[in-house]
Amino acid sequence: MDWRADASAPSMSVDLTTVKKIAGLARIAVGEAEAEALVPELNGILHWVEQLGEVDVVGVEPMTAVIPNTLRLRDDVVTDGNVRDKVLANAPQAEHGFFAVPKVIE
Amino acid sequence: MSSYRIQGATGEWEVVIGLEVHAQVVSNAKLFSGAATAFGAEPNTQVSLVDAAMPGMLPVPNRECIRQAVRTGLAINAQINRWSRFDRKNYFYADLPQGYQISQLYHPLVGEGSLAIEADEKAGIAQDKQIGIERIHVEQDAGKLMHDQHPTRSYVDLNRSGVALMEIVSRPDMRSPAEAGAYLRKLRAILRYVGSCDGNMEEGSMRADVNVSVRKPGDEFGTRTETKNVNSVRFVMQAIEYEAQRQVDVLESGGRIVQETRLFNPDSGTTRSMRSKEDAHDYRYFPDPDLLPLELDEAFIEDCRASLPELPDAKRRRYQEELGLSAYNAEVLTAEAETARWFEALLTEGARIQKKGEAQVAKASANWLLSELYGALHRLGKTLEDSPVSPERGAELLALVADGTISGSIAKQVFEIMLETGDAPASIVEARGLKQTTDTGAIEAVVAKVLADNADKVEQYKGGKEALFGFFVGQTMKAMQGKANPQIVNELLKKALG
Amino acid sequence: MAVLTDLTVAQIRDGFRAGDFSAREMAEAFNANVAAAKALNAFIVETPEHALAAADQADKDRAAGSLKPLSGVPIGMKDLFCTQGVQTTAASHMLEGFKPTYESFVSQKLWDAGAGMLGKLNLDQFAMGSSNETSYFGNVISPWRRNDGGNAALAPGGSSGGSSAAIAARLCPAATGTDTGGSIRQPAAFTGITGIKPTYGRCSRWGVVAFASSLDQAGPMARDVRDCAIMLENMAGFDPRDATSLDLPVPQWEAGLSGDLKGKKVGIPKEYRVDGMPADIEALWNRGMAWLKDAGAEIVEVSLPHTRYALPTYYIIAPAEASSNLARYDGVRYGLRDLPDGANLQDMYAATRAAGFGPEVKRRIIIGTYVLSAGYYDAYFTQACKVRALIARDFEEAFKRCDVLLTPTAPSAAFALGEKQADPLAMYLNDVFTVPASLAGLPAMSVPAGLSGEGLPLGLQIIGPALDEQAVLNAGLAIEERAGFTARAEKWW
Ligand SMILES: [Mg+2]
Ligand SMILES: [Zn+2]
Repeated sequence: MDWRADASAPSMSVDLTTVKKIAGLARIAVGEAEAEALVPELNGILHWVEQLGEVDVVGVEPMTAVIPNTLRLRDDVVTDGNVRDKVLANAPQAEHGFFAVPKVIE
Repeated sequence: MSSYRIQGATGEWEVVIGLEVHAQVVSNAKLFSGAATAFGAEPNTQVSLVDAAMPGMLPVPNRECIRQAVRTGLAINAQINRWSRFDRKNYFYADLPQGYQISQLYHPLVGEGSLAIEADEKAGIAQDKQIGIERIHVEQDAGKLMHDQHPTRSYVDLNRSGVALMEIVSRPDMRSPAEAGAYLRKLRAILRYVGSCDGNMEEGSMRADVNVSVRKPGDEFGTRTETKNVNSVRFVMQAIEYEAQRQVDVLESGGRIVQETRLFNPDSGTTRSMRSKEDAHDYRYFPDPDLLPLELDEAFIEDCRASLPELPDAKRRRYQEELGLSAYNAEVLTAEAETARWFEALLTEGARIQKKGEAQVAKASANWLLSELYGALHRLGKTLEDSPVSPERGAELLALVADGTISGSIAKQVFEIMLETGDAPASIVEARGLKQTTDTGAIEAVVAKVLADNADKVEQYKGGKEALFGFFVGQTMKAMQGKANPQIVNELLKKALG
Repeated sequence: MAVLTDLTVAQIRDGFRAGDFSAREMAEAFNANVAAAKALNAFIVETPEHALAAADQADKDRAAGSLKPLSGVPIGMKDLFCTQGVQTTAASHMLEGFKPTYESFVSQKLWDAGAGMLGKLNLDQFAMGSSNETSYFGNVISPWRRNDGGNAALAPGGSSGGSSAAIAARLCPAATGTDTGGSIRQPAAFTGITGIKPTYGRCSRWGVVAFASSLDQAGPMARDVRDCAIMLENMAGFDPRDATSLDLPVPQWEAGLSGDLKGKKVGIPKEYRVDGMPADIEALWNRGMAWLKDAGAEIVEVSLPHTRYALPTYYIIAPAEASSNLARYDGVRYGLRDLPDGANLQDMYAATRAAGFGPEVKRRIIIGTYVLSAGYYDAYFTQACKVRALIARDFEEAFKRCDVLLTPTAPSAAFALGEKQADPLAMYLNDVFTVPASLAGLPAMSVPAGLSGEGLPLGLQIIGPALDEQAVLNAGLAIEERAGFTARAEKWW
């Protein structure tokens, strides 16, 4: 998608349906009033960030590493695990060594 | 040329198949943590704080997992990307602690490669065919949800969470269930040769997502469906057959194929729509900011290359060209890494004992392995891995035949005893007096007696019924309990019959 | 002798060594200050016993002649660092009651150096905010008040507002902070203290609750430059468990301190002269230039052409990363679970996250989710990553012409609580001067340099090239030596 073309259009504004859809995608329950309040807020922020569309980025690679550094790899050695108590220590519900969640029907 | 077609009311349909295979990488520790990967441990015992996505925990990649994926890429002649990186695939599910899977979408580790499947008249594969492989990327496995332990709860076990997978994505190059089956078997063989995946589909080390669409031959690709996590070659073939027919039925009755995720039911051999995951298709992939780009140097890749074994295609060619084996035997012996390993051990030992070249002992070794040993293992319900007879013992047995110590038929007896007792063939032959008789005098006496007892048949033989020669040989051998040297028997009989 | 809690880290360390006081006396003095400062709400959890235990150990170590670098020094720990067995919340209801079974790399390093913990410091929820008004555990109140005779409660800055308030109020001599877009520097400026964000990768992120991984960086906050150097030496270092950790030795920053800037060039980025900059900020900046010139430096004008795009870039990248980083808070393995009657798994997620996250966190998660979602990814996120590359390139170019940059830290002095809450954008603008260095991963610090017309502290920011914390600290020291900033909040709490 070409940013510039979009920026010249009346901007990609979000509506109530979009806000609800995105909140759903983010798994955050929002009430009707909350969703309605979010519409202008998000539009304000989105409209503001859309000024980035002005920037000429032809030939610019997106930044991938903040500071020049190479990815180190670890050796294939078992150094961890066997800490079930620690893993489950803060669980809202743990049974028989498992985390328990409401039944999932697939 | 026979090609797979579905006969519909409106004409013939062609099926287009692509496979995404998830293969578990053989490694001690997980892809991004130091927890163990072994199968079947107590729930949540092979889980580090990283795998449980505790706040502030960070991933650090396991070199061996990267190495195995690169080796696998090299084995399918794929391009290895010197620069790749990990992305996050975001979705919510209880088996996914981070709320995202670390995978590679934009810059996979391994690029374009291919794999050859062989013509198989019986299976309807008319000729050899190259199947394109689009990419191999490395990613984390999810945990496991158990639904049958409690009436109202599901249980989460994170032992598998973070185990390294290679996702091997084929091009939509397959056109029949048989081709898909051949591709999967070949891929599995290569993974096992390379040692990057144990290929154990029952334990879930290898699963396939099956992409199927149908079209009228020559048309554009149709809309495809993806049937997830099919875990055997047979099921993959069944799923394709069912799904292709279903799509033809839908299209011919005026319907439309929906691009969707489906689930295979192994009991009925059918697929069904998996609506529960439908809304999760916006995965919001983006580069994982916890990880830097993965840059490989030439030395690392060369090291991977140098560590590759001879692969099945090369091995098959060598067996035919250098060992003089038949195409069929070469194919069967190289199909599985374990078979080839066993055969080569038998060959090396045989050549050593008999002080011959491998090519000189190859045919007898191959024949014995594929008929005698395989027959016995089949009877005993065993495999090469737990064969009661080792390649060394097998080679000793073949050597006893080759140097004339025992005959072929005695060898069969000795082999039966070896299977039961595990004893060395030489000591069995010794202890049971099964050594072949080369005492010409003794054989001559028996020959004389056989001819005397069957005077009528001798007449007929002399009258031109030469097929009776075999009868005299059989009678002589029988009288000598199989221990007579067959060559000497032949010579003496010919002489006596004049 | 001076009041114990007025001493700096260096003074505590040296005085303790010299036998002027015991570590226990020091810990008790700070514990008492902490206990008496509830009105500031700087701490979420107080851990006097931890401070005392470390102090007793330090006293023993001193007797045994085995002193450690921070023996006898009690500090505050921002509640974004996971501390074993001590509640760690990121100031969110989501993690209320969460007791990590592990210790963050940075906090462990500090304990290993002999420091003790006075408590877990309040902050903006998940470090998202610039005023400390998004904490589930209530606002932190700045110890500072305007000189207008009013009692308006002021913001201590954010997100490390508990840290800044506690140091300014002498509840601890130093504290940890984290900085994603200015969360160390802006609160330091608002409260008249000093704080440095080191080069990205200097301090391990292992065990720090993540906000935006490519930006998050821990750093110290203290009363002066020397203390920042001492603290940073004991926080930084290579950690194989963080793939972005720099595998470099930790320089001896304290030993390298020098306010003599002869031969150095200080760049003044012209794009930082924003419209409507308050006169006292502008005047302060000019004074800063004069001080650095006095320290021997040459002042040069430089250009960072993409400066104005830094904030919008930040407000795409940080929420995007946050939306993913915070996906793990789902009520399955730890933290809050909200399970309404008859709820299925996905309902549980939505209810838990609705109940657990505050409004600002939700806003950012939703923005982040939106900019990463299908159809918008390239327009927003990829574009932002490209502009980010340009911003980093601007700095690279500028550092060909100078050794450090001098700018104001924030566009204003501390504002009143509630003043900017209604308008998220107005709040975001607070970070306009701090965000560019964060995007480029560069070391940057704020030093107190004067007072506003209202009698509130103002800070100057020094930005240095990657890995050159020493240049930043030295320029900061040169300012500190000349600014003579001795003002402190009058005690009202
Ligand atoms: Mg798939
Ligand atoms: Zn996958």
